Amino acid sequence: MTERFTGLRFAAKRLVGAVTVLLVLSVVLYALFYLVPGDPAQLACGERCNPAQVAQVRGQLGLDEPAYAQYLHFLQGVFAGRDYSTGTSLQHCAAPCLGLSHQNDQQVTALIVAGLPATTSLAIGALVVWLALGVGTGLLSALRRGGVTERVLTVLTLAGTGTPVFILGLLLLMAVCAYLRWLPFPSYVPLSQDPEQWAWNMLLPWLTLGLFESAKYARLTRSATLEVLAEDHIRTFRAYGVSERALVTRHALRGALPPVIALSALDLGQVMGGAMLTEQLFGLPGLGRLLVDSVRSVDLPVVVGVVLVIGTAVVIANAVADVLYALADRRVVLS
Amino acid sequence: MTPHQPTDPAAGTAEPLVEVRGLTVDFPMGEETVRAVDDLSFRLTAGQALGIVGESGSGKSTVAAALLGLHRGTGAHLTGTVRVGGIDVATAPVRELRRLRGGIAAMVFQDPLSSLDPYLPIGDQIAEVHRIHTPQVSRRDARQRAITVLDRVGIPDAARRSRSRPHEFSGGMRQRALIAMALACAPRVLVADEPTTALDVTVQAQILDLLHDLRAETGMGLVLVSHDLGVVASSVEDMLVMRGGRAVERGPVGTVLKFPRQPYTRELLAAVPRVEARRAPMAAASALSSASTGDVLLEAAEVRREFGRRKDRTVAVDGVSLTVARGETLGIVGESGSGKTTLGRMLVRLLEPSGGSVRYRGHELTGVHSDLQMVFQDPVSSLNPRRGIGESVADPLRAAGNLTDMEITRRARELLERVGLDPRWYHRYPHEFSGGQRQRVGIARALAPGPKLIVCDEPVSALDVSTQAQVLSLLAELQRDLGLALVLIAHDLAVVRQASDRVAVMRQGTVVEEGPADTVYDAPDNPYTKALLAAVPVLDPAEAALRREARRNGGGLLRASAG
Repeated sequence: MTERFTGLRFAAKRLVGAVTVLLVLSVVLYALFYLVPGDPAQLACGERCNPAQVAQVRGQLGLDEPAYAQYLHFLQGVFAGRDYSTGTSLQHCAAPCLGLSHQNDQQVTALIVAGLPATTSLAIGALVVWLALGVGTGLLSALRRGGVTERVLTVLTLAGTGTPVFILGLLLLMAVCAYLRWLPFPSYVPLSQDPEQWAWNMLLPWLTLGLFESAKYARLTRSATLEVLAEDHIRTFRAYGVSERALVTRHALRGALPPVIALSALDLGQVMGGAMLTEQLFGLPGLGRLLVDSVRSVDLPVVVGVVLVIGTAVVIANAVADVLYALADRRVVLS
Repeated sequence: MTPHQPTDPAAGTAEPLVEVRGLTVDFPMGEETVRAVDDLSFRLTAGQALGIVGESGSGKSTVAAALLGLHRGTGAHLTGTVRVGGIDVATAPVRELRRLRGGIAAMVFQDPLSSLDPYLPIGDQIAEVHRIHTPQVSRRDARQRAITVLDRVGIPDAARRSRSRPHEFSGGMRQRALIAMALACAPRVLVADEPTTALDVTVQAQILDLLHDLRAETGMGLVLVSHDLGVVASSVEDMLVMRGGRAVERGPVGTVLKFPRQPYTRELLAAVPRVEARRAPMAAASALSSASTGDVLLEAAEVRREFGRRKDRTVAVDGVSLTVARGETLGIVGESGSGKTTLGRMLVRLLEPSGGSVRYRGHELTGVHSDLQMVFQDPVSSLNPRRGIGESVADPLRAAGNLTDMEITRRARELLERVGLDPRWYHRYPHEFSGGQRQRVGIARALAPGPKLIVCDEPVSALDVSTQAQVLSLLAELQRDLGLALVLIAHDLAVVRQASDRVAVMRQGTVVEEGPADTVYDAPDNPYTKALLAAVPVLDPAEAALRREARRNGGGLLRASAG
């Protein structure tokens, strides 16, 4: 009974925390936007607009209002929805409305929803790759400590951490698609359309991002495992005839998992917000590309929307990590 | 029970269960090697019990580890032979060594909290090692076996508790769980390395009684490694005294303890504080004279201290009143969690009471006072490892701010000399010193501001008995020369008796009995005090057996206090 109560209280606390974080984030974004040089109305209207046209666009976009009013309208849109007049027609944007793109009058929510499948595909697949590869390599080098295997793995992970993701991706593209011709150059196919094609086309992005991240996880797993292996309880099980392999996989790994979980949550949250380089490199129509494009054109509503999605993803991933952490180590009390 | 070794025709009734011949263990340390065990030989026949006694650094734990081949792969260099249950530990293949570990000789480690996997339920941990030695058993049966052994070692509601994790167990229960783990493998000999050192005296008595009963029941042998002569006296038949890796003396416990032949054994015995011995009259005389004047230095009135809030609130000290007179020693004894450390810290106002007041010379204390100082338990962590010891002693003098740098250094050197350290060691670092020397530094630091009263929180519990005696006599000497009042907090009843004029016995945050030391020890009033005293291990094996019998018949309170 008390356990369920703490669970509820934990969820409530986390929810309040998440809403606060997101509100602060949106305020900061609005404030930043007003400090950025460049006139959004001019940008939205185009190079050849005369001042009168720019003023008209400014009025349509609501940019002539004071900053706080713009922000309040934004909040109103999120919680209640709002209507936009685009000169000739009236467009209703239902809650949660993040506004309209200044560039093409599309609803931001729609743009984000369109970008989500590609980003989610990339994030989940890469997570699987980096966990399998990173934890596996880390464990192997902990098991073979002092041997040749460990030294080779250490060099490989060091190289992995040192290689930027776009170099890694380019090398993979050149090797697999250009020289070996095992795969055609990837182009995104949605999962709902053709699962097999989706997987084949996602393979290289997954590998690129997964390999890049896995180096970090290999090092973390190795050091955490070795740390646990030096603890007293490992000695106990060794003194009861437990094999070295079982010591690592059954006892040491469990102790090494909590930091891996914590870091995975952070990384997953970040990748969900768009792994910009990877998406850009493989032409994935995800949130990362959306963010890059919108920042370039100072498209405030889109920037705010995408960053809020990133924030939400990070907050959720962290809460999930806390729960997993507590499940892995029962001494941890959620609070 | 365990099949004989087909490879060894000699394995039979003739061969002892454990045979160690000419064992030498060297640990390489950089350029040189440190010899931990030097040409040690002993044997143990089936069902026998052997105690290995020695101070820290004597090599006793290294011997215990060698019995299970735990030095393999660590870089330690072993010569000589170790045979356990017919298996040559040095040459046996890994598979056979793993069968030996747990299956023939099972180890019970010292610190029961760190010796169990914190992430797994205790029942699963026991089931895991059980299945290693009896692979044909199903998971479900192994769990059942875990519950059976947990029940056997006295864990209440074993089926439910087997799903608990180590942090949900008390210290005594964890030690029981470790013994249960050993039992699950049905070994022929139990190797116990300081199995009760981390435990309170009443829990220690329960664990030793349990080991005794299990031996009687299963006929397994026991190798008991301990620094505590009392623990060994009540648990084994033969003993071996080690010093610097060598066997100094060996023989039946009764003989060795009553008629020690070697000077080292005699010194060791003489240093053991006896709970039945009155305080040396010389030390007591000066203190009594001033104590009888009734000059109250420090007075605590109904002090309370709570930790946590609302539901998590615990009362550590619950309305304690006591006085300390000029020049006297007040001993505070109690088991872990009784609130004695919290009380000690409130007396010097390192901790603010939640209620009640502490008065020094009639004035209420509102913060720390230079007349009231403290010596801490752990001489390792209570000194800054990155600063020279002289600097640590000089700190309080600098804080006072009324001496020049030159005077401060000179005074710090004087203080080092006063506590028996070489003043030329001023710039040396804590790690260069032994535990006893570090505690002397702690005492010098406490003396620096010229205090009238020092609270010593477990000042000797981390030290060997011979060092204990030296530190205690230093404290007594300082008290006599400087007219200090001391508050001596300790869990060791004998230590407190040896050094105190008056004694307060604490339990669950309250003082259950207080009075002159001899009265409290010789004619205790409170049933808890009686139970505490009855649980103290004695050096006479015959007396120990009698007490065990008494505990078995009337140990209601002891069991209740185990929690």
